[in-house]
Amino acid sequence: MFRKTLMAAAAVFALGSTAQAATEITWWHAMDGALGDVVNQITEDFNASQDEYKLVSINKGGYEDTMTAGIAAFRAKNQPNIIQIFDAGAATIINAKGAVKPVQDLLEENNVAFDINDYIPGVRYFYADSAGKMIGMPFNSSTPLLYYNKDALAKAGVDVPKTWQEFEAAAPKLKEAGYIALAQSHTPWIFFENFMSRHNLQMATANNGYDSTDVKILYNNDALKDHWEHVKAWKDEGYYGYYGRAWGANQDAFVQQKVAMWIGSSGSFGGLRKSTEFDFGSSTLPYWEGVGDAPKSTFIGGASLFAFSGHSAEQDAGVAEFFKFLTKPETQYYWHKETGYVPVTNAAYELAKSDGYYNESPDAEVGIIQLSEEGGEWTRGYRLGFYVQIREVIYREVDKIMNGEETVDGAFATIEEEANGLLKRFNDTYSN
Amino acid sequence: MKRVQFEHSAVPYLFIAPQILIISIFFLWPAAQALYQSFLLEDAFGLSSQFVWFRNFEDVLSSSSWTRSAIFTVVFSVLVSVLSIAISLFLAVRADEVIRGAKTYKTLLMWGYAIAPPVAGLLGNMMFNPLMGDLYKAFNSFGFEFNHIQNANDAAFVVILIAVWKQVSVNFIFFLSGLQGIPKSVQEAATLDCKSPERRFWTITFPLLAPTTFFLLVINLTYAFFETFGIIDVSTKGAPGGSTATLVYKVYVDGFLGADMGGSAAQSVLLMIMVSVLTVFQFRFIERKVHY
Repeated sequence: MFRKTLMAAAAVFALGSTAQAATEITWWHAMDGALGDVVNQITEDFNASQDEYKLVSINKGGYEDTMTAGIAAFRAKNQPNIIQIFDAGAATIINAKGAVKPVQDLLEENNVAFDINDYIPGVRYFYADSAGKMIGMPFNSSTPLLYYNKDALAKAGVDVPKTWQEFEAAAPKLKEAGYIALAQSHTPWIFFENFMSRHNLQMATANNGYDSTDVKILYNNDALKDHWEHVKAWKDEGYYGYYGRAWGANQDAFVQQKVAMWIGSSGSFGGLRKSTEFDFGSSTLPYWEGVGDAPKSTFIGGASLFAFSGHSAEQDAGVAEFFKFLTKPETQYYWHKETGYVPVTNAAYELAKSDGYYNESPDAEVGIIQLSEEGGEWTRGYRLGFYVQIREVIYREVDKIMNGEETVDGAFATIEEEANGLLKRFNDTYSN
Repeated sequence: MKRVQFEHSAVPYLFIAPQILIISIFFLWPAAQALYQSFLLEDAFGLSSQFVWFRNFEDVLSSSSWTRSAIFTVVFSVLVSVLSIAISLFLAVRADEVIRGAKTYKTLLMWGYAIAPPVAGLLGNMMFNPLMGDLYKAFNSFGFEFNHIQNANDAAFVVILIAVWKQVSVNFIFFLSGLQGIPKSVQEAATLDCKSPERRFWTITFPLLAPTTFFLLVINLTYAFFETFGIIDVSTKGAPGGSTATLVYKVYVDGFLGADMGGSAAQSVLLMIMVSVLTVFQFRFIERKVHY
């Protein structure tokens, strides 16, 4: 009797598994809340679009949590197929030889047509290697933009500043009208990395770090230091609001109409539209007229998807199939509309244009326009190891500039020294 | 007199085995791994590694941010422990004297015990929010130029305040039960001999509470070293200028956020050594003054 039951159970089990022939692939991501819902929708749509593969997407917390979970899983040989890694962590995963399979290889092996020029210029090479081969699939991509309170600017009688010179002219009038002129939410990203890109200045040796891990940072330069002398002066004059390093605290100051302009992400406008009670607009990131050869296109921020190595060819084929689905214009357009992140392919951008999306919400286009501006030698991106810690050093030293504990020169000397120490450590760890 | 000889038997070992097993799995094994890792330069994914002797320790000890963090941790831990013990002792003595509504007072004072450190951090964060925080506004309206976003001392004040507030109710419970364990007869005898309640407290009550105080000192220091992580992560994140990053927080930032395995392992080992030394010190020198 017992044996019979057991055999029956085994038979049912065997039947069940043949019926469920779909190969399962897993995707660990860092998108929670509303963004997570969109990811789940894309997952469902992909699963409904075919029956060979079954994608399971799992939220692992924030960017850092997801990366840590991926690292732990890889070390335990239990890694997911796809992992979302943020910009500052890209060097860690790309330089760990053999941790990931370059997406370009993965797609080509599985006969998915791939041309890097299908991707919009600002996105194209950010997650590529020095030869231009795409390693990570650009996923949620954003870029820093200036948001302005239309009422505040009208009250002060000023136009949206395109350059920092124009900003300096407008700031006193905004102060008179009762506003702090400016705040921003991500110091290293906006006022360091993108400052370099916007002005086409070299950020690090060895081709911004793409060519080698043996690299030195070039932040300690006159253009950037001069910018920070100005920021400090603006703060002392009451033109610049510094609400610490938290993204939300600085954004809140704009939402609550204490500051008239705020630099955030191109993906911020959806949230702003829900939380603000005034009319706001968005504009490109200001630059210094006459510094470098500004204006040039900015870097992207956000994250990309990496295919972990060590999986069966069948599963890798599933990953390629999903990437194909993800980069389809319709999927990208949906993602762009729902989240505010930019579409990563030209075709998706064209689709959004022809659909008339930017007529109804012109703010959604500003980020793409900025990313599609003329590029320069130093605008493709950067690849620097332990960059998460370098950003910590930047946060720390900027705090000191702002509270007067340290001069701009002193702070930048420290940033250079500590960043180079970290880069050397990274090189010693990863170069052998 | 003949001494009783017990037969050697396996039974005691059997009883102690689960504890040994737990310590081995959750302490000895990870500690050994951390020690091993601290001598390695290894990429995050464990694909390549090299043995570098004390390189990680040299890098850690020569960095100014680690030194700053170590100093802050010591100052922070001492202040949090001393303040939360002193405040809760005062509250416990007072609450013990109350007759009307004693239960209500006691319950309210114990309430905070149920709050997890990150929640405490979040509460503090809201109260000190520069745009809407009541405490932030209150301090500024008293004429202080209070700004914990930019001023290192103000930021330290905020995290210490939250950490102390969170710990006071824990200590309060222990002190209250300690006070209730003092025999009434001793107190009555003391009342006959000495009129000053303050003197009675220092000569009779406090020495009798010494074992409790010592115990609380040990757990409060451990709390300040390790468990305040949640408070710092939610409130200041070590800002401004890394001035409120405790050593544990730094281990997290470098190891988990920065994926520097060797460096953060070396920091963990240093932390382990510091806490061991501190504990030995406490038991050898302070415990001598405690009479059970």
